[in-house]
Amino acid sequence: MEMAAQQLDTSIEINADDNQYLTFILSDEEYGVDILRVQEIKGWDSVTSIPNTPRHIKGVINLRGIIVPIVDLREQFKMDTMEYGPTTVVIVLKVFDDNKERIVGVVVDAVSDVYNVTDGSIKPAPDFGGAIDVDFVKGLATVDEKMVIVLDIDHLINTAVLEEMVGVSEVSENSTAS
Amino acid sequence: MSQFLETFYEESFEGLDIMESGLLELNTGAADPELINSIFRAAHSIKGGSATFGLDEVALFTHVLETLLDELRDGRREVSQQGVDLMLQSVDCLKEMLTALREGSEVDKERAEIVHRQLEDLLHNDSSAGGSVSKGLAEVAKVEEEQASISGWEIRFHPHPHMLKTGNDPVRMFRELALLGELTTTVDIEGLVPLSDMDPEESYLSWELELKTEASREQIEEIFEWVEDDCDLEVIAIEEPALKSQTVAGSILEGSTKNESKVAAATDESSTAKPATRVASSSGAESSSIRVNTTKIDALINMVGELVITQSMLGQLGDNLAEESMGNVNIERLVDGLSELERNTRELQESVMRIRMLPISFTFNRFPRLVHDLSQKMDKKIELKMSGEQTELDKGVLEKIGDPLVHLVRNSLDHGIESPEKRIECGKPETGTVHLNAFHQGGNIVIEIIDDGAGLNKEKIKQKAIERGLIGANDVLSDEKIHDLILEPGFSTADTVSDISGRGVGMDVVKRNITDLGGSVDVTSEEGEGSTFTIRLPLTLAILDGQLVRVGDEVYIVPLVSIIESLQAKKEMTSSVNVKAEFYKLREEYIPIIRVSDVFSINTGVNELSEGLLVIVEGDGQKAGLFVDDLLGQQQVVIKSLESNYQRVTGVSGATILGDGTVALILDVPGLVRLHKNPQQPDIRLVNGDCKDVA
Repeated sequence: MEMAAQQLDTSIEINADDNQYLTFILSDEEYGVDILRVQEIKGWDSVTSIPNTPRHIKGVINLRGIIVPIVDLREQFKMDTMEYGPTTVVIVLKVFDDNKERIVGVVVDAVSDVYNVTDGSIKPAPDFGGAIDVDFVKGLATVDEKMVIVLDIDHLINTAVLEEMVGVSEVSENSTAS
Repeated sequence: MSQFLETFYEESFEGLDIMESGLLELNTGAADPELINSIFRAAHSIKGGSATFGLDEVALFTHVLETLLDELRDGRREVSQQGVDLMLQSVDCLKEMLTALREGSEVDKERAEIVHRQLEDLLHNDSSAGGSVSKGLAEVAKVEEEQASISGWEIRFHPHPHMLKTGNDPVRMFRELALLGELTTTVDIEGLVPLSDMDPEESYLSWELELKTEASREQIEEIFEWVEDDCDLEVIAIEEPALKSQTVAGSILEGSTKNESKVAAATDESSTAKPATRVASSSGAESSSIRVNTTKIDALINMVGELVITQSMLGQLGDNLAEESMGNVNIERLVDGLSELERNTRELQESVMRIRMLPISFTFNRFPRLVHDLSQKMDKKIELKMSGEQTELDKGVLEKIGDPLVHLVRNSLDHGIESPEKRIECGKPETGTVHLNAFHQGGNIVIEIIDDGAGLNKEKIKQKAIERGLIGANDVLSDEKIHDLILEPGFSTADTVSDISGRGVGMDVVKRNITDLGGSVDVTSEEGEGSTFTIRLPLTLAILDGQLVRVGDEVYIVPLVSIIESLQAKKEMTSSVNVKAEFYKLREEYIPIIRVSDVFSINTGVNELSEGLLVIVEGDGQKAGLFVDDLLGQQQVVIKSLESNYQRVTGVSGATILGDGTVALILDVPGLVRLHKNPQQPDIRLVNGDCKDVA
């Protein structure tokens, strides 16, 4: 929460090799996505749930006439779920899958900051050992002594969105469990 | 460049369609100069475009065709059946070439070669007989030839009075011309008015210029490019230095075919000698339409949809305010303004939806050719009548209805219309008629295919159906039911299988395609008198009449077309084999009950059937009772795809946005039935053969 309140650093210099990353908070970790892929950030609002879908698909919303699916990243990363609060936001991202473009919203705890990161300074990620599939991580970047996990959102979101629909029986179990 | 190329292809295919329909009309009547002109213009644009994009094969091919058309246009050649057929073949050939080029596949050179040669033969055989000259136009292919024997140009330049006002100075243009070679100018002062009447800003002079140069026509025309609409300009090649200016034009026009290529000036009825390509493009622009990408229109439709939602929200707010503070003048004004906003938004929405509507003539236009070709092939005399071509329907429906219609028309030609001998025998006119008719009825478009052929043979159909096991031997069927049998899979009554129709696949495919579009097809027939196929389609695929239902906290939409009736379930009418298989007895019929809350795993807290409602629906030919908590209103909804950003969901055909801005899912009745039957099998969509979204 305090992270979200941080002022965005406006005095960022832009170099040719630099990419800007929007970072967000998920379970006290800071994750980054290429800012050019961010279409907009909006507050959490109720969604229309889609039947028989995996838990991380919260449902769909109406984004100016377009039906946009919403993915809960905590669920996707199999983290503990948290009550949605005032800082809970939906980051609307543009992701690519072969030649197809998708607009997908992700629910995160809070938005944090915008950083300049040179491509070279992103280091390959070691195996986290479970929490997040290394496949979804582009690398680690260190900004202001903090570690930012840079995500490969194309792979991450497409995997989330394309996950097979679950059987009815399985869903019933899930719904009773939650 | 590539985006222009795509436009070129689209325009060329349109041009080919124009040529085709024009050629077909030529076929039946005396040559109409306007008609030939329109065919010529289409061919000319294709040639010009293809040369610009370096598609030389197409340009060369079209060139020959164009020359032929030009001769027809000038009345130097009679319209012959042979010529028309050959030109139709050329149109097909061009279509193939362009399609191949567009897709980047191999062009069938051989076929093009053959047709090309036939065209050349036709051209050369008669042109000697005709003996007159083709007027040369500024033709791409001939420029080089032209160049070889030209020693200079004679330019007749007559500025319109207002030319000077456009800021163009003839002296400057002459100076530029002089840079190209040796320039002799002669001024014609005939148009000069007395000094007292003279307007200093108007031009009264005209010039004849003689330029000895090796420069090309393009170079000269380029100099006059800015003023070509403000002057009369003729550029004539000087072949031999000896030929003097005045005689050049005339002598060449009277010359032999050999001179054709050298006469480059388009000395048409109008004395304006703009390059022919420009003439063509200006006449092409006669239809006042523009080409817009459909995604742009869809975006517009989305935005307007949003506007409607915002408007209704504001309207609600205004009403609330008005109630709270009666008599406040400003609020009254606000409410007035809001009601005006509502009217305007509705109108805006309707107009925007209309953009996607196209006249059905886009689909009908292919039939004259089809009937022409098939009737020749089958030695039948058939006249095609069309009416209601201007009836509009959504582009999406239009694209999908083409193939089923072709099939039905082929069927009418093949099985419906009898051979001329047989027709005379039956006392009918020798020429059979197939009538295509389209009109609006309610919210639907109705397309009729009416033929005056043999009609359906009920006995034959019945026998066949019994043979195929479609009906029992002793079944008593109404005429209607018998006629409907021909739409069943695996049914064909044609005695011999032809390549036109008669394989027994098709009629059922036609029916399925039309059903998929949310429409229906009916047959009526009178033996010996003819048959009528009636297709009913929704005007648009984008809008659906829906019944809103509530299940738990969720609102779903059931397409109204699939609903038979809704009723309160009576306990004594239900029977259950087990928990998963409940049936409802409706008028001697046992209908499976699908609890939407079960298949969608929603916890509603409603268990007793008597607490909710049953919506009896039909999908894939099977009836089912959907158990829902409540029925809400009915409304027209705009269908949105779930697949564009997500994936296909079994039991859901799409989504829509309700008046309050929230999303509601549209139920897919056949999908629900399958889901009910196989709840353990989440991958029903794979069984369905549709797995494109499952990477």
